[in-house]
Amino acid sequence: MSQTTPYPAASAGSIAVLSGDVTARSPRGLRASRNRRLQLFRVVVLLLASAFFLVPFLAMVEFSTRGTGVDAARTLDAWRRIATYPNLISAIITSLELSVLTSVASLALMVPTMIWVRLRLPRINRLVEFVCLLPLTIPAIVLVVGLVPVYAWVNYLSPGPLKGSSLVLTFAYIVLVLPYVYRALDAGLRAIDVQTLAEAARSLGAGWPTVMFRVVGPNMSAAILNAAVLCVALVMGEFTVASLLNYVNLQYELNNLGQADASVSVAVAVGFQLFVVALLVGLSFIGRRRGSKEA
Amino acid sequence: MTDSATMVGGRPSGGGRRLSWSWLGALPFFVYVGLFLLLPTLVVVFGAFVDPSGRPTTANLSALGQDFVVTSFKNSIVLSAESGLIGALLGAVVAYAIATGRPEGGLRRTFVAASGMLAQSGGVTLAFAFIATIGGEGFITVLLRGQGIDVSPTLLFGLSGLTIVYAYFQIPLMVLVFLPALDGIRPQWREATETLGGTSWHYWRHVAVPILTPPFLGALLLLFANAFSAYATAAALISQGSIIAPLQIRVALTSETIAGQENVGKAIALGMIVVVGVVMALYTLLERRSARWLKK
Repeated sequence: MSQTTPYPAASAGSIAVLSGDVTARSPRGLRASRNRRLQLFRVVVLLLASAFFLVPFLAMVEFSTRGTGVDAARTLDAWRRIATYPNLISAIITSLELSVLTSVASLALMVPTMIWVRLRLPRINRLVEFVCLLPLTIPAIVLVVGLVPVYAWVNYLSPGPLKGSSLVLTFAYIVLVLPYVYRALDAGLRAIDVQTLAEAARSLGAGWPTVMFRVVGPNMSAAILNAAVLCVALVMGEFTVASLLNYVNLQYELNNLGQADASVSVAVAVGFQLFVVALLVGLSFIGRRRGSKEA
Repeated sequence: MTDSATMVGGRPSGGGRRLSWSWLGALPFFVYVGLFLLLPTLVVVFGAFVDPSGRPTTANLSALGQDFVVTSFKNSIVLSAESGLIGALLGAVVAYAIATGRPEGGLRRTFVAASGMLAQSGGVTLAFAFIATIGGEGFITVLLRGQGIDVSPTLLFGLSGLTIVYAYFQIPLMVLVFLPALDGIRPQWREATETLGGTSWHYWRHVAVPILTPPFLGALLLLFANAFSAYATAAALISQGSIIAPLQIRVALTSETIAGQENVGKAIALGMIVVVGVVMALYTLLERRSARWLKK
């Protein structure tokens, strides 16, 4: 491979020297032919990769629109049947509620903490980072084992109407999204001069809440939005904790439904995947608009 | 930097009282992660060494020596190594194809964004996607059947099936992790090789590969840990049985009926922490080494 995949140092301009047969053997001519082989290699690799990643998704679309019987026409029957599963609908609502709760709660915890640590406790910056990234190292399946007794207490302490409600999953989800929220907010904080902003606000008589919510916060709104969207995407797709602690959410219900009505569950899976894509595409558009405004 | 930070309050800090007020600001965070991250971890670590009534014992750890547990760990390691290696090799090729394009191009942005999404795609949906592709009545299965080729209906429920499915999130993760390393390679290094009379082969053999080896191995370890920790996809694919360690934990958690075995799940979980911990420690070492050349 190493000989056929040369480095792209050749510039597009060097193609101009290609024609002469003397120059073809010169280093610049060599570079031009190397460049062409590189472009071919890139096209082939990226096409194959796209196929590998698109085919399973398209197969789901195909699967969910199959008619019953051999050579049956395409049908949206499975898609229509989604509405006939009330448990599924309520699970979708639960997951949406969970994603809102998790985004709001994790931002409420992390935005003030991270700004505060930057400004007043820079010494523990590394410690906070280490703790926040820990859930990447501790597998969720391991965390669940330890969460079982913790959740026995959560259930015991939660007030009547919340007992047994899936919404208590929020506590675990805040931990699961911690690394992603941390990274998003960290990128936002790096992009602005927190110290100067805070000093300016303080010297004009602002209190700490004003500094956080009216000065620094709005300056990192893109990062906050980014973190919130990641929370939504992660929570909507969460299965491990919910299924092992026995709380119903979208993925839990989807998995159960998979055994009863495969076409409907695949249709919902397609819908879920499209939802995630739409979220991320929307986010990238907002990010770009913001970026160009600042530039 | 530190100076301005301590001056923000308008007065220099340093007095014991002010310091304690500052700590108070970080308290909610530490209380929270203490309760929902560190406490569960400690429950696993200590729970592995006590029996259900709380007396210290090594019985849980010796349960780790049982054949089915050993086999599940062995399977997990094989699956993680294979899917890690496939993911690392193919992911590196894809990353190279992306890195050699225009740095600000739409193609690159699209592929990086897609990789970010796909690297997180493990779960029930991914399991369904592969059932719809190479499962018993999957799209590819039906297509191949028309050509007279049979895909084993149990392919997806074994280790080789899991390896294919895991590659779906391992390759994109590799792209994300390895792309910065490829971006760190400077064109000047190739030019220097050429100025000294070196060929493409010399460049790859003596410059690019030696520099890229530590980040490649680091990424490989990360992919290993990623596959080793993965649960949701396998759980959705394989509803009964437990060929890999995470599924063994499911059995321990959902059938806590055998007296005295309640904490075996914690021992298996501890075993997983140890494996992932060792792998991640090696990863940190390699990271430090590769940072030497590829610093931005």
